[in-house]
Amino acid sequence: MTFLSTIKAAALSAAMIVSVALPAAHADEQYFPLQSYRVGPYAAGGTGFFGGFIDYLNLINIRDGGVNGVKLTWDECETQYEVERGVECYERQKSHAGAAAWNLLSVGIAYAMIDRITADKVPLITVNHGRTDSTDGRVFPYVFPLLLNPYSETSGIVNYIASKEGGIDKLKGKKIVVLYHGSPYGKETIPIYELLAQKYGFTVQQIEVPHPGNEQQSQWLTIRRAKPDFVVLRGWGVMNPVALKTAVKVGYPVDHIVGNVWSNSEEDVIPAGDAAKGYTAITTQASGNSYPVVQEIVKTVYDAGKGNLEDKSRIGSVYHNLGIVNGILNVEAIRVAQEKFGHRTLTGDEVRWGFEHLKLDPAKVEALGAKDLFHSINVSWDNHEGEGYVTFQQWDGKKWNVVSNWIAPDWALLRPIIEKSAEAYAAEKGIKLRTADDADAVTTN
Amino acid sequence: MTAISSDFSSAPVLPKWTAPVLLLAFAYGVVPLIGSSYLFEAILLPFLALSLAGVGLNILTGYAGQVSLGSAAFMAAGAFAAYNFNLRVEGLPLIGSIVLAGLVAAAIGIVFGLPSLRLKGFYLAVSTLAAQFFVQWALTKFSWFSNDSASGVIDAPRLSIAGYALDGAVGRYLFALTIVAVLTFLAYRLVSSQTGRNFIAIRDNETAARIIGIPVLKTKLLAFAISSFIIGVAGVIWAFAYLRTVEPDGFDLDRSFQILFIIIIGGLASIRGAFFGAALIVVFPLALSRLGGFLLGDLFDSGVLDMSQRIVLGALIILFLILEPDGLVALWDRIRRRLLFAWRST
Repeated sequence: MTFLSTIKAAALSAAMIVSVALPAAHADEQYFPLQSYRVGPYAAGGTGFFGGFIDYLNLINIRDGGVNGVKLTWDECETQYEVERGVECYERQKSHAGAAAWNLLSVGIAYAMIDRITADKVPLITVNHGRTDSTDGRVFPYVFPLLLNPYSETSGIVNYIASKEGGIDKLKGKKIVVLYHGSPYGKETIPIYELLAQKYGFTVQQIEVPHPGNEQQSQWLTIRRAKPDFVVLRGWGVMNPVALKTAVKVGYPVDHIVGNVWSNSEEDVIPAGDAAKGYTAITTQASGNSYPVVQEIVKTVYDAGKGNLEDKSRIGSVYHNLGIVNGILNVEAIRVAQEKFGHRTLTGDEVRWGFEHLKLDPAKVEALGAKDLFHSINVSWDNHEGEGYVTFQQWDGKKWNVVSNWIAPDWALLRPIIEKSAEAYAAEKGIKLRTADDADAVTTN
Repeated sequence: MTAISSDFSSAPVLPKWTAPVLLLAFAYGVVPLIGSSYLFEAILLPFLALSLAGVGLNILTGYAGQVSLGSAAFMAAGAFAAYNFNLRVEGLPLIGSIVLAGLVAAAIGIVFGLPSLRLKGFYLAVSTLAAQFFVQWALTKFSWFSNDSASGVIDAPRLSIAGYALDGAVGRYLFALTIVAVLTFLAYRLVSSQTGRNFIAIRDNETAARIIGIPVLKTKLLAFAISSFIIGVAGVIWAFAYLRTVEPDGFDLDRSFQILFIIIIGGLASIRGAFFGAALIVVFPLALSRLGGFLLGDLFDSGVLDMSQRIVLGALIILFLILEPDGLVALWDRIRRRLLFAWRST
């Protein structure tokens, strides 16, 4: 008996120690599962974006010792932008403790993960892309198309074209061709272009370029026949330089091509050479390395030999800066959540709460060293996009020059459409609409 | 030498069905209890879907000798048909939509099998490419197929049979396993039946088959229909049980090649071969990538690792095929014979 009870006591105390010690061992780490792609047709976007994101996380770790002492960790899983690889990566990485948020850069993978991450209660960040109606936080509690969802982008582009034509009423009778990438990402904006065309009285013709898009002769011949006033390039990866080069070949003026937010990088225009001169594209974050936060990354991370980009000339490029902005948004969301729940490893649901209270006004953005890098963000429990501003930049053959002010998309116009689509999804899936009170109920372990 | 041959000619101790039955008992009884969600979601579900597609293609290519590069198109046809039957026909049970989806894929298979009456070998392979491109094009072009969803991606419906929900990883695994087991059993019966022998006769010598009275035309189309039916159902498993979203791009030419490689590596004209091949194609890259990440993850970024894995994988496949051109099945049988022989001679 005594022997048994000694063993029992020992076992109990061991269990106690383990149960106390185990969380403590992870107490100061917050983990980012990165489903990156560094090979395949979209490697330029993947290396730039994930490079910038990792550089910013490194900056926070090196300069500040983490977020309030909580160190940031991550690992990468290569997806090549393929859905089934993304699912495998998700299954591989989800068992890791202390996951803060999923940051991928693929609409296809994001779609496949929505059910899964909602069940796990870990946020899914699709900065500047994703499923538009996931903006509606009532239906998609864990999905955040931060800064710019595809509909806002469309509204921004149409407003920009209107301003070039001399006002929104001048759009009447104009013709716009949208050349889109043959993927879930590319197709996402088809209905909204149709709708805006009806509303403003222009005609729109939408032409698909099959993935990956390295052959576009027939599409551009169609465009030449159609003689549109503007072409919107909704491309991705190799499709973009090919589009610009083919446009020149068929004699379409490049300054009448407006690129979307995934056709706006150096990697899209440099391979096109002179054909890209004068090309304009929308962006949520300016390019260049003069911003204090980029300078700090160069000083703290790259000069210490810990930079993620192999080619240092890409520091401050559009994708790299987007990765940095994405890093800022993730880190600040964690900071917001830590103020509420304590300076420790947060659960995914706590980080979700942090994202839903992520408010960075221009002053705060400046304090973070990102003035003019991006404008501001204002996420709430039901608006998961956060009212990001856009600007337009023009390629002069060497670098991007900003050619507009910060512009607000027409959120009031878009919100009812988004809500309708989200509600239809909720009805189909049997999801109960979330309320503000539901959003404040947080799973803390 | 005589001792060896007498050893081989002696009948196996256990009846032929023992191994599959034991395997199934393990898959139903033990795996759901011990498996992690990673095992189901990332390994077993794609393995089952691709194995079934391999079984389907093996009937057409391995047994009937008709090379096809349109497998992914038939998978897509099955997946989208099941989605639409499920969506548009009220009260149709899940099994009903799956069978109907298989029939739709079979019908498309017959249409694209028609050139096989005139074309052979590589020429036929090229003509089945038409199926690959046409189906993908049609599914993208007409948004009706994806219920006018904005991005062309559709969510798989909830899986439930007779009111019993199968949405968890284990439930979807059992759902896929049952379908694969049933269809594999039927395929196995088929290839050892008169029809299966007709397939082989046509593969080996079409003229001779015609002379002994096999209806070549009908048999070829039958092979296309049955093969496409099975591949279509594999597409349903891929979309509904594994990925749970469907988009036409997921069923591109690469997938067709993947299935073709599965049966070539696994072993042509062998039902087991499809499973061996799928295991290699699904599990091997994952094992390699985890090993690579574990050993060298700190030194290289994931892109470099991924590239080197491809080189290793390619080299190993070439090595396999040089060592055993008849595929993994032949390799497996040889190893088993050796072991059996070693065991008996002790």
